[in-house]
Amino acid sequence: MKKLFIILLILNLNGSFAKALEADVFVQKTVNRASDVLSKNISKEDKINGLKTIAKETVDIRGVGFYSLGSIRKNLDKNQKEIYLNLFEGYFLKSFSSRLSEYTNPKIDVVGKKVLNKNYTIVNSLLVATSERPEIKIDWRIYTKDSENPLIRDLIIEGLSLARTQKEEFASILNSNDNNINVLFKTLEEFSKN
Amino acid sequence: MFRKLAIIIVTSILLSVSANAGSDGELALKKNTSKDIKETKDCFEKLNRATFAFNQGLDKAVIKPIAEGYRKLPDPIQSGTSNAVKNLSNLITIPNNVLQGDVKTAIINTGRFVVNTTVGLLGTIDVANKMGFPKYEKEDYGQTLGAWGFGPGCYIVLPVLGPSTIRDTGGSFANVFGGDPFYNASIHGNNEFLSEGLFLTTKALNGIDFRANNIESFDNLEKNSLDFYASVKSLYLQDRENKIKNNKRGNIDVIYSDEEDWEEINN
Repeated sequence: MKKLFIILLILNLNGSFAKALEADVFVQKTVNRASDVLSKNISKEDKINGLKTIAKETVDIRGVGFYSLGSIRKNLDKNQKEIYLNLFEGYFLKSFSSRLSEYTNPKIDVVGKKVLNKNYTIVNSLLVATSERPEIKIDWRIYTKDSENPLIRDLIIEGLSLARTQKEEFASILNSNDNNINVLFKTLEEFSKN
Repeated sequence: MFRKLAIIIVTSILLSVSANAGSDGELALKKNTSKDIKETKDCFEKLNRATFAFNQGLDKAVIKPIAEGYRKLPDPIQSGTSNAVKNLSNLITIPNNVLQGDVKTAIINTGRFVVNTTVGLLGTIDVANKMGFPKYEKEDYGQTLGAWGFGPGCYIVLPVLGPSTIRDTGGSFANVFGGDPFYNASIHGNNEFLSEGLFLTTKALNGIDFRANNIESFDNLEKNSLDFYASVKSLYLQDRENKIKNNKRGNIDVIYSDEEDWEEINN
């Protein structure tokens, strides 16, 4: 009985260790996966599809979507939120994978991390220089509320936040159209279709 | 004399507008907080968008083709040109290091300039970098004004030159008002080696070198933007904030002027 208890305890401990995923390890695993896809001798379309799959699993698309929307998200009803999140996912996956697919054989090294609070850790990494481009610093904002399933919420490239840029872009579209959310819906839809 | 006076007046007006716009009519000179940064207003958006469209047309018709041609030049010519124009920028960086109270970096950059101009054959070879000098960071008068606490004022898009703010445009007036030794020596130097043509050529080369290094980045950004104008504006303002704060990596307080907005979003 005692033996059984010890075995169960060990199994449980092992299980706990296996579940928790440090933010920096998560980022390195993710970039290695993306790097594998980009290094493969496959068509650009296949690379984009591969990147979309990785993004779906590792990026908090819902969180990024609401952040990008700014304070107007508080005025949307349930139905509008559903429409928005659906359109945003299409836009985000297309935009994100298209941006990354331009890189061939990228090597990214994780070099450090800073825990902001229990919900967020910033992971620092370097895109290694090649003969065609200099070294690029990339920081990752990782949402760590669920420590077993960390998610990316932002990429900060050489100090420039993609989420902030996206948020200001959306704000510009809304401001130019009397905060009409339908105009943003239409713009997102057209982007995904083209 | 009249020209100089006109420049002083215009610069003073621009700077005062900049300070007021950045602080919403409160104290003109104060610490630059994230709240100020958040409030960089696009006061002339219609005009800015029109100028942006003009610049895009100019870029597609003239600048980008030249930049693509420049990229076809042999690597030593490209890197030599890039190094030479970067070396000349030390002449603006050094006084700004001093104005921002960073005397140590001013001394390092002076050493860098002397070494690269002499041993590095007029700056075409970055010898200082090979000798282990610290990484070079450009500074300008707009950054100095920002470091002194002047808010950015309104966002503006300048014809040909591109995105700026009232503060940064005001700061660049200092270059033609004695702040750029290369400008002084070329335009007013009265010597046989330097001329207005040479000065303008170095400025043009600087722009082409920058454009050539960013062809894919701009194409990618344009292709993946819902509103390209807004994307460029956001990236320019973030970059200036980082440069003013001398952030090697983005400071979280600066990047997210609304950090609490992230906290609200919980899954």
